[in-house]
Amino acid sequence: MSRKVLVIGSGPIMIGQAAEFDYSGTQGCLALKEEGCEVVLVNNNPATIMTDHDVADVVYCEPLTVESLTKIIALEKPDALLAGLGGQTALNLAVELEREGVLQEYDLELLGTSVHSIQKGEDRELFRGLMHELSQPVPESEVITTIEQAEDFAEKVGYPIISRPAYTLGGRGGGIVHRPEELEELIATGLKASPIRQVIVEKSIAGFKEIEYEIMRDHNGTCISVCNMENFDPVGVHTGDSIVVAPSQTLSDNDYQMLRTAAFKIVSELDVIGGCNVQFALDTESRQYYVIEINPRVSRSSALASKATGYPIAKMATKVALGYTLDQLENPLTGYTYASFEPALDYVVVKFPRWPFDKFSEADRKLGTKMRATGEVMAIDRTLEGAFQKAVQSLDTKIPDIQNPWHHLDKPTDLRYFAILHLLRKGESLETIHEKTKIDRFFLHVLKNLVDLEKCLHQEPLDEELLRQVKICGFSDQEIAHLSGISEKEVQKRREDFGILRHFKLVDTCAAEFEAATNYVYSTFAGVNEISPLRGKKKALILGSGPIRIGQGVEFDYSAVKAIQSLQKQGWTTIMVNNNPETVSTDYETADRLYFEPIQKEIITSIVDHEDIDLVFTSFGGQTAINLAADLEAEGMPLAGVGTDVLDALEDRDKFYTALNDLNIPYVSGTTCHTKNEALKAAEQYTFPILCRPSYVIGGQGMVIVKDMNELKQSLQEADDRHYPIVLDTFMQGKEVEVDLVADGENLYLPEIIEHIEPGGVHSGDSMALFPSKLGDEVKKTIEMYCYKIVSHFSYKGIMNIQFLLSGEAVYVLEVNPRASRTVPIVSKVADIPLVDLAVRVLASDEVDLTSIPKPVFDQTAVKYPVFSSYALTEVDHKLGPNMKSTGEGMCLGKTTEEALRKVFSHLPNGHVVRDSCFVEGDSTFSSKDFDEWLKLEEASIYVNDGSSSEDSERRIQAVKNGMTVFSEKATFEAYLQSLNCKDFVPAPLPGNKREGVRS
Amino acid sequence: MKGYLCLQDGTTFEGKASQHFDRNVQGEVVFFTGMTGYQEVLTDPSYKGQIVVFTYPLIGNYGVNNEDGESQEIQVSGVIMYQCAEIPSHFQARKSLGAFLNEQNIPYMTEVDTREVTKAIRAEGTQQAALSLETDYLFQPTKTHQIEQVSGEKIDTYGEEGMHVILIDFGWKKSILNALLERGVRVSVLPFSKIEMLDALQPDAIVLSNGPGDPKDTVDVLPLLKKALEKFPAFGICMGHQVIALAFGGDTTKLTFGHRGANHPVKDVVSGKVFLSSQNHNYVVKEDSLNGTPLVPRFYNVNDGSIEGLMHDTKLIMSAQFHPEAHPGPKDAEWLFDHFLTLVKNKGVKTHVS
Repeated sequence: MSRKVLVIGSGPIMIGQAAEFDYSGTQGCLALKEEGCEVVLVNNNPATIMTDHDVADVVYCEPLTVESLTKIIALEKPDALLAGLGGQTALNLAVELEREGVLQEYDLELLGTSVHSIQKGEDRELFRGLMHELSQPVPESEVITTIEQAEDFAEKVGYPIISRPAYTLGGRGGGIVHRPEELEELIATGLKASPIRQVIVEKSIAGFKEIEYEIMRDHNGTCISVCNMENFDPVGVHTGDSIVVAPSQTLSDNDYQMLRTAAFKIVSELDVIGGCNVQFALDTESRQYYVIEINPRVSRSSALASKATGYPIAKMATKVALGYTLDQLENPLTGYTYASFEPALDYVVVKFPRWPFDKFSEADRKLGTKMRATGEVMAIDRTLEGAFQKAVQSLDTKIPDIQNPWHHLDKPTDLRYFAILHLLRKGESLETIHEKTKIDRFFLHVLKNLVDLEKCLHQEPLDEELLRQVKICGFSDQEIAHLSGISEKEVQKRREDFGILRHFKLVDTCAAEFEAATNYVYSTFAGVNEISPLRGKKKALILGSGPIRIGQGVEFDYSAVKAIQSLQKQGWTTIMVNNNPETVSTDYETADRLYFEPIQKEIITSIVDHEDIDLVFTSFGGQTAINLAADLEAEGMPLAGVGTDVLDALEDRDKFYTALNDLNIPYVSGTTCHTKNEALKAAEQYTFPILCRPSYVIGGQGMVIVKDMNELKQSLQEADDRHYPIVLDTFMQGKEVEVDLVADGENLYLPEIIEHIEPGGVHSGDSMALFPSKLGDEVKKTIEMYCYKIVSHFSYKGIMNIQFLLSGEAVYVLEVNPRASRTVPIVSKVADIPLVDLAVRVLASDEVDLTSIPKPVFDQTAVKYPVFSSYALTEVDHKLGPNMKSTGEGMCLGKTTEEALRKVFSHLPNGHVVRDSCFVEGDSTFSSKDFDEWLKLEEASIYVNDGSSSEDSERRIQAVKNGMTVFSEKATFEAYLQSLNCKDFVPAPLPGNKREGVRS
Repeated sequence: MKGYLCLQDGTTFEGKASQHFDRNVQGEVVFFTGMTGYQEVLTDPSYKGQIVVFTYPLIGNYGVNNEDGESQEIQVSGVIMYQCAEIPSHFQARKSLGAFLNEQNIPYMTEVDTREVTKAIRAEGTQQAALSLETDYLFQPTKTHQIEQVSGEKIDTYGEEGMHVILIDFGWKKSILNALLERGVRVSVLPFSKIEMLDALQPDAIVLSNGPGDPKDTVDVLPLLKKALEKFPAFGICMGHQVIALAFGGDTTKLTFGHRGANHPVKDVVSGKVFLSSQNHNYVVKEDSLNGTPLVPRFYNVNDGSIEGLMHDTKLIMSAQFHPEAHPGPKDAEWLFDHFLTLVKNKGVKTHVS
């Protein structure tokens, strides 16, 4: 029987809820379709792969609220609801839909784990009761609803205590209270963060080992443990902020089985149907353990476990939710064993978090119970040393110099791992470091090995044995060259002479016990090669974009996956390389073969050589991939698209301005400065404010508007060498617009223009935007003409993003990104034009006539909006500026701009109706209260302040800490007011759905 | 120093030889895919004389302790690993794995591509292999009757009170004894060569232990054993399971490369449930050989459909090819001990639902 299933996605990327739910959701939707279900998806994150019609039949980019979902349910009348794939957001919505009787009213069956079980698992008090019933130990704790109760508890058990608000994601609003003085603020925040105004206060068990199990269970009661994982960081650091190793390394079989058995007991009692994550704390000096928490759904950890083992948890969880038992489902990796088996690993996996502190130099880098990482990388090798090093190489970031190493150990920060290496290099004893950090000596030994090898490289001749040893331990040729003082070419040559080559091995879920049909590969220097090159007439390598970070989110995974699909359609054999375990691109079912590796010249070239690749695609993996283009071209790699001379001519401002002059295209002129002194000198020629932008950065990192010489000096102080040349531009007021286009060297296809709501000066990733734009025909024509001139001048082939500034009548070019941009998925989905597919066909020399593609017809307007994870970074002022700060984006469609805006702001109260819900600095129309007094009001919700003084900044931070929505640009607030003109909204699916939808 | 693992089919693998590599060691080569439990494996008498390959590359991380040994000494003849942790980290650890092996003169090799060895065994089946300093090792005729090397001589009794269970020793693991003792019974360990004493001991039940090698090595005691099985409630584990099948006229055969590890799914036809089991066996009961015997399959392996356990159609006799006592591996089948002992207590109740 064909069933119509409603799937709730997780919405925009936020800290604590990132691309892993696109991976799980995509797998889940495809599994539903495989079983003949019709899939109706609600997810307002347009940058995802799951919101594509290949994945779901009907897609709604609509608000994730009960109100909006109820409307969609009334319209679509689905038979069943699947909420276990959309993270905490979807799970909370399922609970609310049940509570409000919507499921009952529309006779909607909830697939998988029941609401009752979800509540038992998620509600701290119910969970604690359950643990007592099952005689499972939990740390001493109490559920409190007032600050006084928290004080009494702390009095009783002693400090430190941990605060965990109920029903929140990523530890939102929680933290550790070390001293009585800290208690009030943290508990108050926690109570506010919890939708049910409930906080559990808990005795701290910081220092215990933190161990996780990923469990699957079917309705017949069969339980399996897909994977267990051990945190490098002991209890005290959120698992999302911890370095994690799989499988566990320091647990004896007895320990391992004790916790596994406990996990089964809990999951069985909860009657989980699908996936469930169980977290434990284990004493280092006894077998005492505590259950920390469970997540009765797929999660970040389950995505990691899937990639670490090859076991597709989300897919199996979906099938189990549909009623299958695990022994009925085949394991797709082996095609021989069944889903009711536990993966055996013959390699080791390291996950390393990616934090946003490179963007927020002012942020407090301390880690605690509140997650702050935006993404993560994973690495596979046969030694732990190798896996650690590959993970760090995958981070794609410069590790700052460690100034005061103990500072990072006293209270853990994101730099603790590097500070430990630093201390070991200085000869600090392992025991002292262990005492301070409680990190298991086993892990510290691994780090010590690395430091010892560094020393050898520094002091000893680079002979065969040493070279072999350091390659096995994951040192890159570049690092070896650096440490041993010889050139990288020489290292490479010696390796070849000694026959020390990178080999490739298989991830097969079964440690080679059975023959496997998998295409999931990793590289190692420990052992022999077992991977033969794929057969195929034309072979393409697609570079991924690495970890999710501010400025480079899931939208780049979208482009990479679309590129793979397009190439496959044209008969290419596709090979993916990426290192982000949260993504669809690293699902081994996406490309014909997956290399789970750092995106690095040395590794890419070895893959290209091994596989004999015909074309390498660097334009679908964000800045990470395109930054490698020059190096790869220098190595003679066959790159798709224009040569790096063209890329350089577009990215190098001097060359670019020369071209624009030739083409008679106006631009905002700037000066390229190669040193700090040059910059200071050049600044004298300008009138402040000046826009100061570093080169080769992601998301406007380090980009600032400076008002005077002092500010300029300060900002140059923070820039490092990699960021030069720095460009100084006149900061010009105006409206920003951008286009995404595909060109074939001569002609171009440009679907429509994106118009930003906030004025220029706000990073495009942080602005709200309208698509299609409401610009007049004249301006549009000018923009298209400029695009055409640029494309034909450079004979540009492929996909490109151009940003413009409109000031008065004039159109200025701001910058060109010769790659797939952040807005590609939005344009593709709203215009229903497969931009990436067109670009790939041009690049892969498929016959495609760009001039014959008709302009899209729009019957809806889309509004894209940024989402800030301010709850995770409460000490950061989220004032909009040229440095991007948002972690994700959402999108809503409407018949009118007002309707789309109404949907965007539908979670906010109506400021005209609800008194005191808005507070506008310097305007008492909405609230005449004093700021501090207003903050405490139950109605308080929206704070508007676009000032730039330190007091303004302080107030915005204060408002964020109190859970307010903060608008730091007048234009955003005006958009909000405009949205209030629309009284009600009607859900509307994305165009191009497979079935002619129920459109009202 | 370089060492070699030479397989009988001529394949050799190079690695780093341990301290006690001065003599050649020959034995059947098997692989273990569990990621923990090396101490239990090495001391399990069922592995007597074998060369064990650990597929997981990081072995020895938590050292060796005084608690987790399955017998007094190391039973395997040699060990193949990728890495053997020099400095273990665990509060129970008393020594490193390398020191433990060296103390008992067990040669081992590290830096071996264990995945490749596993694939060779997978392709060619379980075979003889040798640890040697040379690549041209000359294979000796193989030893049989490993059971006799591990089964004890005398009867030992453990526990003070409760039902009296005789554990028939084909090379018993400590965990089977512990599993029984934890459930409040008195256990006497009886060497399989002394089965004739069962009548005099008059136990409430018998448990047939695990053991190494070919179950048909027990052929001499099968008639006696059958008589005992007809008198006493019985539970056979691994070798014990195979011996029960043989005693009632069933047959066993050798698998290509055996079942070893901690992740073998088993389906219980009575409840329909699947659970994960710890396994270590080369031989298996042939399903069609059970025709005409009073034995019925109760458990099947989900992966290859082989028989994983039996029950008698009228008597309280049950068996498991896997290891419900775990150690190493999952404890998902521990309930079988409770189940068996409860049935023994409520004598006369049939063991199956037909």
